[in-house]
Amino acid sequence: METLIIMLIGILVAVATYLILSRNIIRIILGTAVFSHAVHLLILTMGGLKQGNVPLLKEADAPYADALPQALILTAIVISFAVTAFILVLAYRTYQDVGTEDLDELRGAKNE
Amino acid sequence: MNNLIVLPLIIPIMVGIILVFLRPYVKLQRAISLITMIGIAVVSIFTLNRIQTDGIIRLDFAGWQPPFGILFVADSFAMLLVLTASIVTAICLIHAFSSIGERHEKMYFYPFVLFLVAGVNGSFLTGDLFNLFVCFEVMLLASYVLITLGGTKPQLRESIKYVVINILASWFFLVALAYLYGTVGTLNMAHISERVAEAGQGPLLTTISILFLIVFSLKAGLLLFFWLPGSYSVPPTAVAALFGALLTKVGIYALFRTFTLIFYHDPLISQTLIGIMAGITLIVGCIGAIAFKDVRLIVSYNVVIAVGFILIGLAVGTETSIAGSIYYIIHDMIAKAMLFLLAGTMIYLTGKSKIDEMSGLIRNYPLFGWMFFLVTCSLAGIPPLSGFVGKILVGQGAIESGSYVLLTLAFLSSIVVLYSLLRIFLNTIFGETIISLEDEKPMKMGMIIPIVLLGIATISLGLGAEFLSGYVADAAHTLSNPSVYIDAVMGGDK
Repeated sequence: METLIIMLIGILVAVATYLILSRNIIRIILGTAVFSHAVHLLILTMGGLKQGNVPLLKEADAPYADALPQALILTAIVISFAVTAFILVLAYRTYQDVGTEDLDELRGAKNE
Repeated sequence: MNNLIVLPLIIPIMVGIILVFLRPYVKLQRAISLITMIGIAVVSIFTLNRIQTDGIIRLDFAGWQPPFGILFVADSFAMLLVLTASIVTAICLIHAFSSIGERHEKMYFYPFVLFLVAGVNGSFLTGDLFNLFVCFEVMLLASYVLITLGGTKPQLRESIKYVVINILASWFFLVALAYLYGTVGTLNMAHISERVAEAGQGPLLTTISILFLIVFSLKAGLLLFFWLPGSYSVPPTAVAALFGALLTKVGIYALFRTFTLIFYHDPLISQTLIGIMAGITLIVGCIGAIAFKDVRLIVSYNVVIAVGFILIGLAVGTETSIAGSIYYIIHDMIAKAMLFLLAGTMIYLTGKSKIDEMSGLIRNYPLFGWMFFLVTCSLAGIPPLSGFVGKILVGQGAIESGSYVLLTLAFLSSIVVLYSLLRIFLNTIFGETIISLEDEKPMKMGMIIPIVLLGIATISLGLGAEFLSGYVADAAHTLSNPSVYIDAVMGGDK
């Protein structure tokens, strides 16, 4: 199971890399979003996929599953949600004001 | 009483939230945010002195004993940085009162400055690596808002790159965290350090350490600083000063913490790599500082040079050089804030940003001109100003360990810093005046006072180095002996 998930993470990272390397800002944002999913899956896999009971003493028998990765992912998902929302708004504002979504045209003043 | 060390994080967040509701009352917002920053400074002075008598203080949240819960650890290094950060922020706020404009103030400028400070302080104080990531994000989200606040075209153009690069760096931080958790099975920094020491730093852990190095280098602007000059030169003056003073320092702090506490077993790889990166940063930063004519870009490249210089202290890795770096970080926070405020004020006064378009400001604004001279001397490391002590200690450490190449680069860079700033000074401050007395914009008191305050700070930091040396020596001792930190965290209840 772990091997399968790791391969899935590999594919997601490859997709994200491809998207991030393009010039269109929306593609880059989508790339970072896909990358964040890959990272969340990685954290989950690193903690070991379900290998035991709910970690509640007296309620279930040992061995217990590691509950920490879930907590980490929850935090990371919330953060990635906030960040992605912010950058989408920023990209839209930039498109409205500067009139382009191509990073080549966002390079800055020519004679700097 | 240990609850005291969470105040530098909690107070700004709480006050920031309250300020959101006080949006129309600009004067009230100003007063509250300034008082908050001064309050945090007072708390950190108090904590700093307690650390000297009682040793490192830790706070386990909700009573979870380490390594199970999240915890805050306050040692001298962290507390010195918290103290400097709050003083610098307070002074930048005073400048913002008269420079930022009411439109920004009503768009939640003060709450976001406070959130930024909360993130910065949290990063300094936390003892948990994942919590460090969270505090980084708090700081970065606030900085995304502050850098775009106002929404002018250059700001939007530069900030989108700043945001994208930081988001990517954050996800790489998570990748590194995931691998580290998979390898050592814990996130408490002291516990990680123990386990890494037990297991030995094999190739896998070294790879993870390099991943951390890349992530923190991106944040600190060590070698991977390509995003820095552009994005630090667009926001309003007070915000740029805050960024220049605080943000890169958090990355530097993280580098110091991880590579002295956790990954110190393989100095051949990590320290050599940091040394090479710091060397290249210095060279490229120096080229940048000389190449441009825009004041803001010159100033931003000076940030890059300082990062290279501070990291040389880590690359050399002796207790003396680390103490030098700590002095230099404190000095640099003050001096960079002053430099950014001066550059921004210069642009406000003349309406121009290229150095060959301005001239003779000293006729119109003598105090302003001499302040610029003061910061130039301070950054070049001329005694008795604050840059001197740091430079001499880093140099001494480099000689002790025989890293003569880094030593040469470090001191050559000081000359370039002096040259690049004197170039601004000679072109803009000296020379024929271009502003006639009628056209002269009056210098606002609110703009010159913070600059003078920072000037006083850099002088007194230089003259009072003896007074600080106890704290800095303790901080350097903790950094170069990981067992002190580990014992304080893992040593049970106090």
